[in-house]
Amino acid sequence: MRGLAVFISDIRNCKSKEAEIKRINKELANIRSKFKGDKTLDGYQKKKYVCKLLFIFLLGHDIDFGQMEAVNLLSSNKYTEKQIGYLFISVMISAHNDLMKLVIQAIKNDLSSRNPIHVTLALQCVANIGSREMAEALGTEIPKLLVSGDTIDAVKQSAALTLLRLLRTSPDLINISEWSSRVIHLLNDQHMGVVTSAASFIEALVKRSPEEYKGCVSLAVSRLSRIVTSSYTDLQDYTYYIVFSDCDIVTAYYTDLQDYTYDFVFSDCGIVTSSYTDLQDYTYYFVPAPWLSVKLLRLLQNYPPPEDPAVRTRLTECLETILNKAQEPPKSKKVQHSNSKNAVLFEAINLIIHMDSDPNLLVRACNQLGQFLQHRETNLRYLALESMCLLATSEFSHEAVKKHQETVITSLKTERDVSVRQRAVDLLYAMCDRTNAEEIVGEMLEYLESADYSIREEMVLKVAILAEKYAVDYTWYVDVILNLIRISGDYVSEEVWYRVIQIVINRDDVQGYAAKTVFEALQAPACHENMVKVGGYILGEFGNLIAGDPRSSAIIQFQLLHSKYHLCGPATRGLLLSTYIKFINLFPEIKGDIQNVLKSNNNLKNSDVELQQRSVEYLQLSTVASLDVLATVLEEMPPFPERESSILAKLKKKKPSSVPDGPEEKREHKLPQAQMSNNIEVHALPAISAAPLSTPSSTGSADLLGLGAPTVAPSTGGGGGGLGGLLVDVFDTPTQNGGGMDANGLTAGSDENYRKFICKNNGVLFENDSLQIGVKSEYRQNLGRLGIFFGNKTSFQFTGFTADLVCPGNLEYIFFPDRNAIAIQNIFFPLNFFVQLSCQPKPAGEVIECGAQNQQVIQAECVTEFSEAPVLNISYTMSGSIQRINLKLPIILNKFIEPAEMDSATFFTRWKALSLPNQECQRIFKAQFPMDIEQVKTKLLGFSMSVLLDIDPNPENFVSAGILYTRTAQIGILARLEPNKQAQMYRLTIRSSKESCPSVLCDLLESQL
Amino acid sequence: MMQFMLLFSRQGKLRLQKWYEAHPDKLKKKITRELVALVLSRKPKMCSFLEWKDLKIVYKRYASLYFCCAIENDDNELLALEIIHRYVELLDKYFGSVCELDIIFNFEKAYFMLDELLLGGEVQETSKKNVLKAIAAQDLLQEESEEPRGLLEELGFITGS
Repeated sequence: MRGLAVFISDIRNCKSKEAEIKRINKELANIRSKFKGDKTLDGYQKKKYVCKLLFIFLLGHDIDFGQMEAVNLLSSNKYTEKQIGYLFISVMISAHNDLMKLVIQAIKNDLSSRNPIHVTLALQCVANIGSREMAEALGTEIPKLLVSGDTIDAVKQSAALTLLRLLRTSPDLINISEWSSRVIHLLNDQHMGVVTSAASFIEALVKRSPEEYKGCVSLAVSRLSRIVTSSYTDLQDYTYYIVFSDCDIVTAYYTDLQDYTYDFVFSDCGIVTSSYTDLQDYTYYFVPAPWLSVKLLRLLQNYPPPEDPAVRTRLTECLETILNKAQEPPKSKKVQHSNSKNAVLFEAINLIIHMDSDPNLLVRACNQLGQFLQHRETNLRYLALESMCLLATSEFSHEAVKKHQETVITSLKTERDVSVRQRAVDLLYAMCDRTNAEEIVGEMLEYLESADYSIREEMVLKVAILAEKYAVDYTWYVDVILNLIRISGDYVSEEVWYRVIQIVINRDDVQGYAAKTVFEALQAPACHENMVKVGGYILGEFGNLIAGDPRSSAIIQFQLLHSKYHLCGPATRGLLLSTYIKFINLFPEIKGDIQNVLKSNNNLKNSDVELQQRSVEYLQLSTVASLDVLATVLEEMPPFPERESSILAKLKKKKPSSVPDGPEEKREHKLPQAQMSNNIEVHALPAISAAPLSTPSSTGSADLLGLGAPTVAPSTGGGGGGLGGLLVDVFDTPTQNGGGMDANGLTAGSDENYRKFICKNNGVLFENDSLQIGVKSEYRQNLGRLGIFFGNKTSFQFTGFTADLVCPGNLEYIFFPDRNAIAIQNIFFPLNFFVQLSCQPKPAGEVIECGAQNQQVIQAECVTEFSEAPVLNISYTMSGSIQRINLKLPIILNKFIEPAEMDSATFFTRWKALSLPNQECQRIFKAQFPMDIEQVKTKLLGFSMSVLLDIDPNPENFVSAGILYTRTAQIGILARLEPNKQAQMYRLTIRSSKESCPSVLCDLLESQL
Repeated sequence: MMQFMLLFSRQGKLRLQKWYEAHPDKLKKKITRELVALVLSRKPKMCSFLEWKDLKIVYKRYASLYFCCAIENDDNELLALEIIHRYVELLDKYFGSVCELDIIFNFEKAYFMLDELLLGGEVQETSKKNVLKAIAAQDLLQEESEEPRGLLEELGFITGS
């Protein structure tokens, strides 16, 4: 096609891009007019023009015509025209083209051609396009070509790979189960090219249905064995000498010589075996059939080690032979020889790792890779590092990998190629365990200072994970993370610094150290904003732990933090404002300084709404609230729930391949020690308990500590433990408390009334001039139901009446979705992993008419033993003023006891069985009430215990038994009460199988006697 | 499975592209631009393998041409290098000491040869002898079917019978 050559020369001679475009446009116009006008265009010319179009397309220009002419070429009976037509179609026609039907028709014709060279062309086109339409039309024809005895080898090869392509694009349309056995047996084919193609196809089939193609394992092993241990090596040596004895031909390609040698050997020696002729053409630089070997080794990685001992032994021999060959001197100095030999070796090592069952092979593989770590070929060092990562995860070879630690660290420091250094980082991460963590983390930190920017973030994550996972001493962990921020602050993602805060909060043994260390770190003249965040948070929580030292007194801490304030972004400033309000609680002596800052125009009138709001509200809070209120609201953060580290999750997301499950997990099947979560959970915790009023709750956002950007302390209005909505109304109308609150935030008299309910179920819980609250309750085993009656004694209507249940500590309750109460629950009780009592209140009505009574029902279940009582926060408006009443609700542990009867022998057997010190609680105390036998008996019965007669030798003494029902267990309770009338004293002894019960019950019963 | 193979010059000119996975043209151009820049920026002694997105890039330079292919994660890098080499050997043998110009002027031959070596992204025939035999058979058919033509006819000034 001289015209094409001329055109290409023209293009190459163009001096500028413009000239090139001009020439191309001229040509396109020419071709277009030819295609349009000249009906007599012959096949040759069509071919030439189509070829020109293809060339123009490959230069990067768009071509929107000529497809029809290309399709016409497909039906030409001249091979070269057909070939160019197919090339054009393969390169330029997309699967959805309108002409596809015509193309498929042409392919069909060629597939049934008797000329194999045409069949091959058609198959290649299918393999190149691989559309679903093709799979539909040809999916049944092509398998027949593959298994038919008449098909020539070259067509079989193409058919196998064409089917593979269709199987990948439309797995549902390719069904060859009819011929599965014949396909498997292609592995035994005489022709190595057929075996090579078939092996790829079979691997894809195996991935789809391993059971069906299980038979390929033994065939693959025997084929591999024939290649690897072929007698060929002897002949090879022979060839080798010939090559090197004749200097003239040393530089020539090996295959040329191969032919020559072949003839030589064949004619002169006559020792050619059939396997030898097979291998002859497929030997690549002295390595027998490397491609086929690798495909077979990969195929075997889809199955567990062979069950048949003979097959297994044969496979082990193959793998050993491959490892042995790696130690032999090279047969050629050419890189192609070592590459192909090592390609087989690496694939064999992959299989060894996959089987993960032969310690001998694993350790040998590791030693082999160890040699490669210092090889002069960069490629080999890279691959060795990569492969060793996998070996590090096997329990058999983990120790062997660790021997190379020094070399790997050297690679990290000296490799000139960043992609190799990246592999070294991966390997260090994989080989890290408790024994070498400090050293590896230290080296990685040191390297981080000079590391490439492209790998810093990942390194930071890895260091953070290792430091946490293998920390024995958490001060070390804190140091590592602070170093990370110092060295590479920009690359420390939120997950990392959230995590250090979580760990410090959960581990009280490092809190003082952390406070001291961040304080020191903050003294650096330029410190990273992430450091300010961590510093602000930790000092806000634990600054008091170091305030005793005059060098880090309250005011100095505050001034230090505030000196960074103006250099930080709004998110950090918000966090610092929260720190300041926490300081007011920790250090009342600097309240004035802090209020001045909050008051400054810069904050109070800040254009950032969040900062302005925080300033205003915190200022107000510090002015209005009493010390007690502040102490409750600004209480130390509760511990975080323990779950998988989100840093790990992030690393996995970032680089799924580089986290082959931390080696530790795989080996020990356990999660890292201090793993806790900060996943996207609704347990978002606010920086401090008192949250700005209107900020939308960040629960449910992907925010980790709940203080993410913009650092918004989440939750809608929150209150202190027993304070209910008090803080919510910092700006509201002045509150009239229903009779004042005691130190615990409870309405006066609440505790006394509560005690009355210990031995009875019904009664008046609270009464003042306007409101009476009565309680009726019944219990059955671990379930309870309380009716609470709110009676309006006045002649006014009560409006906005709410009675919210707040549970201290570990109590939980499930709210009806009526108000913001969910938020309150989230603030104070972030995780009820240790639920003790769960209550379900039904809301009371919003309005109580004068003289009327509203009822609220609460259902309670005892999950496990508990000591604290839930608190009922009542608020309502009566003639314009807000009333608040906070009461302890009489849901008491003993309510879940049921009396038990037993005889003397049983009682004493059980009594003696409970003799451990913590199973018993004994109290000696003065009687508060008259020591009347009948009254005491009534109280014991009211306490839900039985009163057993004729058990104690002294008839004056009371002996009781009961069973405490919880959701999961029934706990036996035995009690003995010995009155001493002369001294007006009691001795009370309670024994129980559950260690925390006796003291709680003693407390309760003592208060009644 | 190989995802694609690109041949480009030291100046970044694309000489051959073969895609084994269907992509829109726009994406192909983007990938090509990105990889050409990435590979050209690497220094001689560097490793021939690169992690790129979720693929592995394997490249090698022969004289003024870079051969660059993308393989999947469980593919063997070293063998990918040797596929490149075998392809170069085939071109070399066919053209007789191949140079960039041979590939420019006979790009269709370069494609035909690649289709014999690799099909659907997998190795089909690794025997050099067999590939060259197949190509020789094609050329034989070409010679038979093409009778000599005059220069003017070639250039399209007159139409043959």
